[in-house]
Amino acid sequence: MAILIKKDTRVIVQGMSGRIGSFHAADMIKHGTNVVGGVTPGKGGETHHDRPLFNTVREAVEATGAEASLVFVPPPFAADAIMEAADAGIRTAVCVTDGIPSQDMMKVKRFLRRYPEAKKMRLIGPNCAGIISPGQGFMGIMPPHIYMPGRVGIVGRSGTLGYEAASQMKALGIGVSTSVGIGGDPINGSSFKDILQLFEADPETDAVMLIGEIGGPQEAEAAAYACDHMTKPVVAYIAGLSAPKGRKMGHAGAIISAFGESAQEKVEILSAAGITVAPNPSSMGTTMASVLQQRRAA
Amino acid sequence: MDIHEYQAKEILARFGVPVPRGGLAYSPEQAAYRARELGGNAWVVKAQVHAGGRGAAGGVKVCKTVDEVQAFAASLFGKQLVTKQTDANGKGVYRLWVEGASDIAKELYLGFVLDRKSERIMIVASAHGGMEIEDLAHDDPDSLRRMTIDPAVGLTEFQARELAFVLGLKGGQIAQMVTILKACYRAYRDLDAMMVEINPLVITGNGDLVALDAKMSFDTNALFRRPMIAELRDRSQEDPRESTAGDHGLSYVGLEGDIGCIINGAGLAMATMDMIHLAGGEPANFLDIGGGASPERVVRAFRTVLADGKVSVILVNIFAGINRCDWVAQGVVQAYKEVGLTIPVIVRLAGTNVEEGNQIIQDSGLPLITADTLADAAAKAVAARPRLAA
Repeated sequence: MAILIKKDTRVIVQGMSGRIGSFHAADMIKHGTNVVGGVTPGKGGETHHDRPLFNTVREAVEATGAEASLVFVPPPFAADAIMEAADAGIRTAVCVTDGIPSQDMMKVKRFLRRYPEAKKMRLIGPNCAGIISPGQGFMGIMPPHIYMPGRVGIVGRSGTLGYEAASQMKALGIGVSTSVGIGGDPINGSSFKDILQLFEADPETDAVMLIGEIGGPQEAEAAAYACDHMTKPVVAYIAGLSAPKGRKMGHAGAIISAFGESAQEKVEILSAAGITVAPNPSSMGTTMASVLQQRRAA
Repeated sequence: MDIHEYQAKEILARFGVPVPRGGLAYSPEQAAYRARELGGNAWVVKAQVHAGGRGAAGGVKVCKTVDEVQAFAASLFGKQLVTKQTDANGKGVYRLWVEGASDIAKELYLGFVLDRKSERIMIVASAHGGMEIEDLAHDDPDSLRRMTIDPAVGLTEFQARELAFVLGLKGGQIAQMVTILKACYRAYRDLDAMMVEINPLVITGNGDLVALDAKMSFDTNALFRRPMIAELRDRSQEDPRESTAGDHGLSYVGLEGDIGCIINGAGLAMATMDMIHLAGGEPANFLDIGGGASPERVVRAFRTVLADGKVSVILVNIFAGINRCDWVAQGVVQAYKEVGLTIPVIVRLAGTNVEEGNQIIQDSGLPLITADTLADAAAKAVAARPRLAA
């Protein structure tokens, strides 16, 4: 069953006729994602990749019944594109765009709260690799062939580190139900906790690999949630043990600026919550394997 | 992006924050001229560098005569000021700010930051100003007051008044504080700031509030719509390697070790650094080549890493999604030939087009060391370092 994206999820791509959007939309279609159309203002009525293009997300939703949207829109216009998707009734939006101003994201988060829970859009990202349910479909920029279908969920800030985890697990014969990149920005649509909630409720996910990094309060929030509300085991890895304080490490959010934001402090918080923390990035797969084995034995 | 104190003061003054009168100087003579122009019998001369802790580092002085102003200015210009917030090289002093000395009765702290938890702008204030916020949070956490601002409503009068009372202000100071808080909030919001800090915000002998120091930093993602702010960028205050790398789409942070890193993705870059660390080595840098890197960008990454003389081995670790291993491999081969590499290079490729990439590495006939996994790559990089003479 997986979460967020399934075989029949009807997906549109905002910015599908752009250079990057076009390339990745083609890859998504090739790997079986149910892409039903695209949105490019001014190109409504045309087709791209044999799919209809629409001027607005609302038209696309009315014509195709789209439930999910992948936002491939440049940073100055991305926040607006996300809000358009929310207003048109899209259920899940994934925004890959890197470089959206923080105050635009503040506005987006505020805007999303206008809708009652039943109509509220879930935003993944921005500045993320996207989401994939192996064998079913994906929305994003990840290389789909490195994922094997299975029953472990992955949630992480970093795209490439998520690939690393998936390939380590694949080498050990462990497959993935869904992998979710929540992105490296200081303000993002969904937190670790939000995604853990979905995995906990998903009958086809047995365990979760959580990949965090320095900076921000979301790993600590996730630790508290996992400790109090989760029955499924969580394995974690936190990147940046050797990162110096006060220096931004690539991601806009990856900077140690407050207490509890260093990798060491996060490892301690997660461990205290009963989460098994992989001691280094090359043992994410083996740590998950031993946790699954213990589960089976118990 | 950081700006200088005097620029932050000019901006905040435009929004209504009271600041002391002062003038900018590019030479000792100009500093003396500024002092005469301002009048009075005491001046504060302040080095303009993008770092805090200037006072303790000898970058700020109260001078009693114009000659003293000129002499102190002469001793500062061209100097690398090392404060506890800079690295060992410090920051170059090329501009000075000269202002009339203020009569200080009390120092307060006022800061505006992005709070990641509430996803709102947060005000942090304390009745104990003057020291760094980190020290304040450590030594006197109870003195810190925090308040978040609803972006749809903005800072309300009652919130501002409440903060003024909490800080122990009285009478006319309350209205002054409300004005200052609203001005800082508008400056933050209207100019896409990431941080506004007034430390200290002083109460003068007359009981008036004045911003004695000011710091602002801005969201680099928003500079496209803030051309006036973008112009304030001062490259003399940046690490030249980091800013040149940034111009070429690379995210680079120089570190202390000798293992040069060329990686895609910030998370994988940090993880690789951690792995090197655990294998007994020290990374020389953080470097993310970004997405869709061309062979040329990979060559540029090699040049950037090699500009650090400490580097004795280079580790390339690519897990391609939006990137392509064949392009990266072409870049590695090209760099080897163009840059004339003499140090060991370890290459680990995975993901999109990995077979093509490894084929290019194999066919090149170059003495590149290949690795299959992250652990393997880190171990080989540490092992490939030239042995230090005993």
